[in-house]
Amino acid sequence: MARRNIEILVGLFVVLGLAALLFVALKAANLTSFSGGDSYRLSARFDNIGGLKVRAPVRSAGVVVGRVTAIGLDAKTYQGVVTLEIDRGYVFPKDSSAKILTAGLLGDQYVGLEPGGDEKNLAAGDQVKQTQSAVVLESLIGQFLFSKAAEAGSETGGKK
Amino acid sequence: MKPDTLIEIDHVTFGYDERRSILNDVSLCFARGKVTSILGGSGCGKTTLMRLIAGVHGANSGRVVFDGELVDVHDRDLLYRFRRRLGMLFQFGALFTDLSVYDNVAFPLREMTDLPEPLIHDIVLMKLNAVGLRGAARLKISEVSGGMARRIALARAIALDPELIMYDEPFAGLDLISMGVAAKLIRTLNDVTGATSLVVSHDVPECMGISDHVVLMSSGGRIVAQGTPAELMASTEPEVRQFVRGEPDGPVKFHYPAVEMAEDFGLGARK
Amino acid sequence: MTEWLAVLGARTLAALRGWGRSAIFFVDLLRALPQALRRFDLVVVQMHAIGNRSLVIILASGLAVGFVLALQMYYALVKYGAAESLGLVVNLSLVRELGPVVTALLFAGRAGTSLTAEIGLMKAGEQIAALELMAIDPRARVLAPRFVAGVLSMPLLAILFSAIGIIGAWVVAVGLIGIDAGNFWSIQQSGVDAWRDVGNGVAKSAVFGIICTAVALYQGYETEATPEGVAYATTRTVVTSSLAVLGMDFILTALMFSTL
Repeated sequence: MARRNIEILVGLFVVLGLAALLFVALKAANLTSFSGGDSYRLSARFDNIGGLKVRAPVRSAGVVVGRVTAIGLDAKTYQGVVTLEIDRGYVFPKDSSAKILTAGLLGDQYVGLEPGGDEKNLAAGDQVKQTQSAVVLESLIGQFLFSKAAEAGSETGGKK
Repeated sequence: MKPDTLIEIDHVTFGYDERRSILNDVSLCFARGKVTSILGGSGCGKTTLMRLIAGVHGANSGRVVFDGELVDVHDRDLLYRFRRRLGMLFQFGALFTDLSVYDNVAFPLREMTDLPEPLIHDIVLMKLNAVGLRGAARLKISEVSGGMARRIALARAIALDPELIMYDEPFAGLDLISMGVAAKLIRTLNDVTGATSLVVSHDVPECMGISDHVVLMSSGGRIVAQGTPAELMASTEPEVRQFVRGEPDGPVKFHYPAVEMAEDFGLGARK
Repeated sequence: MTEWLAVLGARTLAALRGWGRSAIFFVDLLRALPQALRRFDLVVVQMHAIGNRSLVIILASGLAVGFVLALQMYYALVKYGAAESLGLVVNLSLVRELGPVVTALLFAGRAGTSLTAEIGLMKAGEQIAALELMAIDPRARVLAPRFVAGVLSMPLLAILFSAIGIIGAWVVAVGLIGIDAGNFWSIQQSGVDAWRDVGNGVAKSAVFGIICTAVALYQGYETEATPEGVAYATTRTVVTSSLAVLGMDFILTALMFSTL
C-alpha cells in the first residue's frame, strides 16, 4: 500500500536528519572531546581573567583535561573566581599552578595547569592556590614603555 | 410543540452583521419523516437557514429547536450529538479530494464508530449500491464526474443512517437524467429509512415532484408562502406565481435599481 | 485631513483585528495538538508532503551555499594568513545562521505556500464545512497534523542544510584549494561548540518551524475562496513568514549568541 511506502520514506527522512545532526555535532563540533562523564570540580582565583570565557578548555602540557564551567566575582576580595571541571582520569598535585594563556597570537584564552611537586593531590572542591592572571595588552605596552623610558633615563643619568 | 415536528424555527432573525439581516422573523416547522423543500431565488437565505439548523451559526434572535432540544451553538457537546444524527449533502459534493471514493464513504464510519473494517466494507458497498455506484468504489475523486460526485457525497451523507438529511441545491448543474436520478434517490431514501429530508433548491419542477411540503422564501429572508406542491402551483399570489412559472418580471424585478434612463444616457440636459 | 485620520484609524483597527484573529487561531491550534499526536499516522503523511518533498531543494541549496561560502571566505581569509580557519568560519556561519534562516525562507516558499493553497482550496470546496457538519473538528483533523509535521520537519531540514553545506565546503577547501583535511576538521572541532552553536541553531530552526507553519495554515484558513484570494494568501504566507523569521532571528541571535 502507498501508506507503507510513505511511512518508510518519512522514516528515512528522519534518520537522515538525525545522522546529519550527529555528523555536525561529532565531526564538526566538540561533542566528543569533552562529553561530561566523570569529572571533579576545582576552583581558582585570579586578579584578572582577561578574555577567559565559560567552556574554555583547561589544558596541561597542551592536552585538554577539563573545561571552565563558571566565572564569578568574589564580592569581598574582588578577585575573579573560576570554576574548573577536570576529567577524573587526571590528577594534579596540591601545589599546581593555573595560568591564563592565549592560544596562538590572537586566539581564545584558556587555563593552563602546570603540575607542582607535592605528594598530595588536589581533591574535589579544592582551590588551586598558585595562579597567574591573564596578560593585559595595555599593561604590557605600559611596562614596555616604562622600561624603555627607565633605560633612557639611566643612560643619560649614567653619562652625567 | 407537535410530536411529529422534527425541527422548529421560531421567530428567527439572523444576519452576518448587524446592518443587513438575511433572515427576518422566520417561523417554520419541519415535519418528521417528510420531504420538505425550501425554494427561493439566490440570496433569500435558504442556505443560511440550513446552516442555522445545523448549528453552524447562532440566530441573532429567536430559537431553533431540533427534536425538542434548543440548538445552542456554544454547547459543543450538544452540537456534536446533533450532528451525528445529521447528514448533509453539499452543493458540489465537498468530497475529500485526497481520498478514494471508498475512503470518502467510509470516512464517517471510521471516524465516528469503532466498527471493524470488514463490517465497514459491507456498509460502504451497500451505501454505494443504494446510489448506484458500487462499481466505482476504487476510483479516485479526480476521476469521477460532477453527477457521480454528488451521488458519492450522498452515500457519504447517509453512511451513519441519519435522521435528518439536508440537501443544498442537489439539482444545480445536472443534466435531466442525473436530475431524475437525484430526485428519485431523495424520495426513496426518505421513504425507506424513515428519515426527514430538507431540500434547498431553486429547481421548481423537480422539487414539486418529490416534496410533501414546500416553503417559498424571497429576498430579505421572508416566507412568502408554504403548503403542499399542489397548493403552491395553484396559488394566485403574484410572488408565488412568478416563481413557480419562472416569469422574468413580476414582484421580483428584472432591472437592478438604477437612475432614470435619460440621465444615464445624457438625454435629459437638452430639454 | 480628517479623512486621512479616519482611514489611518480604520487600517489600524483592521490590523489589530488581524493580529487578534491570528493569536486566537494559534491558541486553537495548540489546543488541538493532543488529538493530532494521538493520530500520528496523519502526521506521518504530512511529514512526507512537507519534509520529504522539500529535501531536494534544501540539499541542493545547502550544497551550493557551502561551495560558494567556502570560496568567498577563502579570498578574505587568505589575506590574513588564516586560510586554515576556512572550515571553522563556514561551519559557524551555517550552523548558527544560514542553516536555520535560509532553510526557513526556502521552507516558507516551498512548503508554506503549498499548505496555504491546499487549506484554502479545501475551504473553498467546502471540505472544511463538511468535516464540521460531520462533528469532526477540522482543526484537529486537518490543521494540527500539518502543524506538528512542519515543526518536526524544519529542524531536520535545517541541520541537513548545514551538514551538506559543510561537506560542500570540504569539497572546495580540501579538494579544490588544497587546505589540509586534518586541520580542516580539527579546527572546527575545537572551535564549534556542540551545545552552544549546534544546539542553538536547532532551537532556532524549531522556532522558525512554528512560525512558518502557523502562518501558512492561518493564511490558508482565512483566505477567500476565490482564485485571487488564494493567490493573495500564498503571497502573504511567504512575505509574512520571511519577515517574521528574519525578525525572530535577530532577537534569537541577540539572546543566544551575545557575548555577555
